[in-house]
Amino acid sequence: MPKRSDIQSVLVIGSGPIVIGQAAEFDYSGTQACRVLKAEGLRVILVNSNPATIMTDPEIADATYVEPITPEFVEKIIAKERPDALLPTLGGQTALNTAISMHENGVLEKYGVELIGANVEAINKGEDRELFKGVVEAVKARIGYGESARSVICHSLDEVLAGVDTLGGYPVVVRPSFTMGGAGSGFAHDEGELRRIAGQGLTLSPTTEVLLEESILGWKEYELELMRDRNDNVVVVCSIENFDPMGVHTGDSITVAPAMTLTDREYQRLRDIGIAIIREVGVDTGGCNIQFAVDPADGRIIVIEMNPRVSRSSALASKATGFPIAKIAAKLAVGYTLDEIPNDITEKTPASFEPTLDYVVVKAPRFAFEKFPSADSTLTTTMKSVGEAMAIGRNFTEALQKALRSLEKKGSQFAFTGEPGDKDALLADAVRPTDGRINTVMRAIRAGATPEEVFDATRIDPWFVDQLFLIKEIADELAAAERLDAELIAEAKRHGFSDAQIGEIRGLREDVVREVRHALGVRPVYKTVDTCAAEFAAKTPYFYSSYDEESEVAARTKPAVIILGSGPNRIGQGIEFDYSCVHASFALSDAGFETVMVNCNPETVSTDYDTSDRLYFEPLTLEDVLEIVHAETLAGPVAGVIVQLGGQTPLGLSQALKDNGVPVVGTPPEAIHAAEDRGAFGRVLAEAGLPAPKHGTATTFAEAKAIADEIGYPVLVRPSYVLGGRGMEIVYDETRLSAYISESTEISPTRPVLVDRFLDDAIEIDVDALYDGTELYLGGVMEHIEEAGIHSGDSACALPPITLGGHDIKRLRASTEGIAKGVGVRGLINIQFALSGDILYVLEANPRASRTVPFASKATAVPLAKAAARISLGATVAELREEGLLPRHGDGGTLPLDAPISVKEAVMPWSRFRDIHGRGVDTVLGPEMRSTGEVMGIDSAFGTAYAKSQAGAYGPLPTKGRAFISVANRDKRSMIFPARELVAHGFELMATSGTAEVLKRNGINATLVRKQSEGEGPNGEKTIVQLIHAGEVDLIVNTPYGTGGRLDGYEIRTAAIARSVPCLTTVQALAAAVQGIDALHHGDVGVRSLQEHAERLTAARD
Amino acid sequence: MTISTRGAGKAPAVLVLEDGRSFRGRAYGAVGETFGEAVFSTGMTGYQETLTDPSYHRQVVVMTAPHVGNTGVNDEDAESKRIWVSGYVVRDPARLPSNWRSRRSLDEELTSQGVVGISGVDTRALTRHLRERGAMRVGIFSGNAIEDEGVLLAKVRQAPEMAGADLAAEVATQDAYVVPAIGTRKFTVAAIDLGIKGMTPHRMAERGIEVHVLPATATLDEVYAVEPDGVFFSNGPGDPSTAEHPVSLMRGVLERKTPLFGICFGNQILGRALGFGTYKLKYGHRGINQPVQDRTTGKVEVTAHNHGFAVDAPLDRVSDTEFGRAEVSHVCLNDQVVEGLQLLDQAAFSVQYHPEAAAGPHDAAYLFDRFVSLMEGQRA
Repeated sequence: MPKRSDIQSVLVIGSGPIVIGQAAEFDYSGTQACRVLKAEGLRVILVNSNPATIMTDPEIADATYVEPITPEFVEKIIAKERPDALLPTLGGQTALNTAISMHENGVLEKYGVELIGANVEAINKGEDRELFKGVVEAVKARIGYGESARSVICHSLDEVLAGVDTLGGYPVVVRPSFTMGGAGSGFAHDEGELRRIAGQGLTLSPTTEVLLEESILGWKEYELELMRDRNDNVVVVCSIENFDPMGVHTGDSITVAPAMTLTDREYQRLRDIGIAIIREVGVDTGGCNIQFAVDPADGRIIVIEMNPRVSRSSALASKATGFPIAKIAAKLAVGYTLDEIPNDITEKTPASFEPTLDYVVVKAPRFAFEKFPSADSTLTTTMKSVGEAMAIGRNFTEALQKALRSLEKKGSQFAFTGEPGDKDALLADAVRPTDGRINTVMRAIRAGATPEEVFDATRIDPWFVDQLFLIKEIADELAAAERLDAELIAEAKRHGFSDAQIGEIRGLREDVVREVRHALGVRPVYKTVDTCAAEFAAKTPYFYSSYDEESEVAARTKPAVIILGSGPNRIGQGIEFDYSCVHASFALSDAGFETVMVNCNPETVSTDYDTSDRLYFEPLTLEDVLEIVHAETLAGPVAGVIVQLGGQTPLGLSQALKDNGVPVVGTPPEAIHAAEDRGAFGRVLAEAGLPAPKHGTATTFAEAKAIADEIGYPVLVRPSYVLGGRGMEIVYDETRLSAYISESTEISPTRPVLVDRFLDDAIEIDVDALYDGTELYLGGVMEHIEEAGIHSGDSACALPPITLGGHDIKRLRASTEGIAKGVGVRGLINIQFALSGDILYVLEANPRASRTVPFASKATAVPLAKAAARISLGATVAELREEGLLPRHGDGGTLPLDAPISVKEAVMPWSRFRDIHGRGVDTVLGPEMRSTGEVMGIDSAFGTAYAKSQAGAYGPLPTKGRAFISVANRDKRSMIFPARELVAHGFELMATSGTAEVLKRNGINATLVRKQSEGEGPNGEKTIVQLIHAGEVDLIVNTPYGTGGRLDGYEIRTAAIARSVPCLTTVQALAAAVQGIDALHHGDVGVRSLQEHAERLTAARD
Repeated sequence: MTISTRGAGKAPAVLVLEDGRSFRGRAYGAVGETFGEAVFSTGMTGYQETLTDPSYHRQVVVMTAPHVGNTGVNDEDAESKRIWVSGYVVRDPARLPSNWRSRRSLDEELTSQGVVGISGVDTRALTRHLRERGAMRVGIFSGNAIEDEGVLLAKVRQAPEMAGADLAAEVATQDAYVVPAIGTRKFTVAAIDLGIKGMTPHRMAERGIEVHVLPATATLDEVYAVEPDGVFFSNGPGDPSTAEHPVSLMRGVLERKTPLFGICFGNQILGRALGFGTYKLKYGHRGINQPVQDRTTGKVEVTAHNHGFAVDAPLDRVSDTEFGRAEVSHVCLNDQVVEGLQLLDQAAFSVQYHPEAAAGPHDAAYLFDRFVSLMEGQRA
């Protein structure tokens, strides 16, 4: 059945900002879908508020709306574009929920838009717990197996408490309906836990519904990825087995593909159930994933859940098998059947088959608990990881060890030296699933634990446990061997040991091990991911390394550029860097190079085998990169390696690559050092005559104290060489300074702590620029909305700057040029400035693509990362202007007056984390970055753009209702004008005593409310926290003093998160919000595509 | 020499292909030497079923899935009474089986049945080689059997070839036996054992069929002695062009217009009985992920395959045969190989793949229902 002819245009909804549970994988799937639909000749209309995505690049869709993904805004887009169909299955839960509400409120019908890829009934059957239970029962009646865990549906706490008895007591699992990434779910072992988890779950669920379930903790967990076409052909694309048994969210588990410990009979049973479910649910076309629990004692199968859409797992499955689920789902949605779609990799065989793997894939999650020290690090059924790494090997041990080193985190690799610790204590620790439990298990094994003891503590399948023993035995052999011979090294490498690990065991430097290994001729080969275990020839060079016999890298003639990606997503290094890498690949491919991508993050567009000419799915360590460079050098000429686009990960390899004779192109390693080393950078600034805040470096408290005394508190302290403000803090007094130095683990004589004068009340400015050695192209000037002291990644910002004048831009340009020249940049540089008084201080410079490159590129309609890649390989700004890649005249500093204003807002993961007592973590912004993603609001005026950014990030700003205001003393003055504005817009103000007094004195009436610390009043007057929980507050303004969560502020802010009430924590944000509210009051906020914005901008430039 | 404890007690082994390429590894299962036709199987599950499938008689099976033996060996999943492969090639054998049904390790099972295997070889390189050069003879040598490679190569080249081999009689039962119907008996089927798998009569029994499994040498009189409602021809090893007795037996059944169903070898027998030719595929279909289209419905099923030969019948038209019109009912979408035949004027059909699916997906189980309806139709 060929493509449908009745659909000419399709609206695709993206997934919005990166949040835990919904990350870059939806950029990957959405980008694939848009490209496919466009190639099919359809007009593709896209809405996604996330500027850091490839899918929102203007060339991916025909009309790209960077607008909030809310029913209101999507309706505006539909009214304007009148698409024939809406494809909602590729943008995660956000897209699905938006589509359902537009179906329910009649918008789709009103505009005659057909939902394709899923129907509402199927979505409900898949996602509604009770309906899904019915599906599973129907399946059991038909095929004889598969069942649901015993459960009860509850809509109130009373029902929840009664439900426990029905199930036969604790522990029970709580799962809220219709939330993404398992948000709000967890295990309750007693009534206290139950009240807390179920209470929050009821709040989080849009239908105020939670499911209570029998505990199947410790069972084996599996997942199948399925696809179905309109002819009812169904294939299982991939099976995934969780290393961590039931109880840990699959997004937080180490997972393995294919399933390792099932016989064919058991596997086919899962497959039969899966197929029967996809039919019963009625997923007409497209993909779904289904999770199963299997009792290790007798094989009883419980169906846990299904997602009737593309998911994180389907992205993983696509990368693990080479079967592009999203791409195929898009084709199925417009009418093709599986047998009509060719398999990209073989080109000759159809997609109506099931991939077979001759390798093992391991995915390991990346956590960010270090950013949330008060959060409980126990892994539960609520997803907490912020990213993941995937690795491929020819066996499990190789894949596992590669995955662990891909995490690029201290201690993530197995260590085999030093005292492992007490066996019993380690086993006791291993009972609780945490980030790094696998390392605890390895230590327990080293401490003498038996396989049975490990299984008893962790319920990890004995086969996996044995594999850990295998790794440990090889470590023992490495330690015991008289010398490293070829056979022993090869054996260790076949089980994934890195040169660094071998070095550690043997007491040798990593480079010495490498030299020995090379001398003995032990090198990896590169195998192809081909979907068919070599049954057919593969046309797509998608490689992974293995210590095996035969390499499959083909010779080439075109010069290759190797682009190093950014590894697993983490806070501070996310999708933005992948964006830049992908752009480099596109630009360099256009410029005639063979592009070679190296990355280990399965969620990304860069690891789509369609993105670059060659893909190496490999860890980004020096060893792995050097071997790839070696293999590619044997294959043909290598023009260079690009390290400046993937963030700190590749940048950190720069010098070592150069030392190993690798041609690093773009900004040289020495220049990177000049920007990152405090002393060297100070000299650059001094030469350019630029001021930096007073600062010093210290390795002890005494030194730090002396510096702080000299420059005066508050001071900004941080370790050197970090990304995302890791460990950065504003310190207001000596006591805290002392505590900071003693708590910090990152400080050593070679890694000193930096102590800077903290510029209170300064305006912070971010600049992204290109420099080719002679000419500077100012990419974008971004003015932060929050004052200095809040990490640039967490601060909202506006481009073009809203309060800076021509003189300021001139100074910024001159300073940027001075630094770019002084450092020796060839490509992108990002500089952070602070404007305090009238002095423009330089805070720091990063000679690489920054987090803001995609935002600046979209706001100014100029592909900065593409230009940077070209400059790295020798093009000049002048040439790129000539070519049309950069505008012929002007740059991001000379935007026309009527250029649109873009506002970037950060999205925080607060609601994901609880402390060990189950309370929320504080939401105050500080110098350490904690946001997971961002949105962009774009419009002709700042207020509207800001309002859009808020709607995209947190839900629409209220336009009326009650606003609660409580601010720190230093903010009281600047609060008065915006407060008056709120009243003028019809808000009723509420305030606690201090703030209310100030307002009153300024002629603004505010209802006095009780502080939480004051408790309920004698006549039952509620405290502010109670009022928030009761839903009686529509807007919260609460600015903290310092960074510690203290007094009422903490309770207020966590209540705001729980009830999803907009909560502004700086007065600057309040001022911006007031402008936004004002814009909303002034009538209809329109929508405009990036293409239209660009057209106007280009016209204005010429 | 390694000091590895993982390979402790495991002798070095070498695999030699008839074109001279060789791979070194370690012994797996029995130590000694073995010969056969080198073929690769791409199934990721079901090694126990594969090993005990009689169609693999005289073949050395290369597993493309790297980890083999993880779930051990149990007492339920074997497809026949013994392991039939003549040699086994794997990359990473399990050191420890883990499954609630496991009774012993695969290594022990291979050893106790005297099956010589090799582990630790680059199975992907070997598979790619077989894909490019085609299935060929191979030898595995371990322990004392290892000699100069030239000598080993000569031995491999002396081993018998698969083309022209008549093997069904070697694997089939000597004595007839009955698999009773599960529940009420609705039909009686005479199943000619050319290397039948245990799951096949089971799938029929599930549908109320009493299955009389007869030796490959059964005569037409012996077949009709059981008063069958239908006759079934099983899978099995060897070259169909040598299968003269089964072909003439089937022609007898077709003449009597008894409902007929064939699987795998049985499909090739039907092809020959109808006058089509058969030929050897370059490297065969062996795996459980093959897309086959049922040309009568247009639907695609994911199927289990194990065949090195195929029927040469026209895809684009109905053919006239001695037994009326015949057409290709199923085709493999990967390479357009004939995967099923059916007669349009009488009740007879066959498929080249394995609807009993052990190992493999159950998508094609409907074919047994189709056989049942043919028998019902005949009665009506």
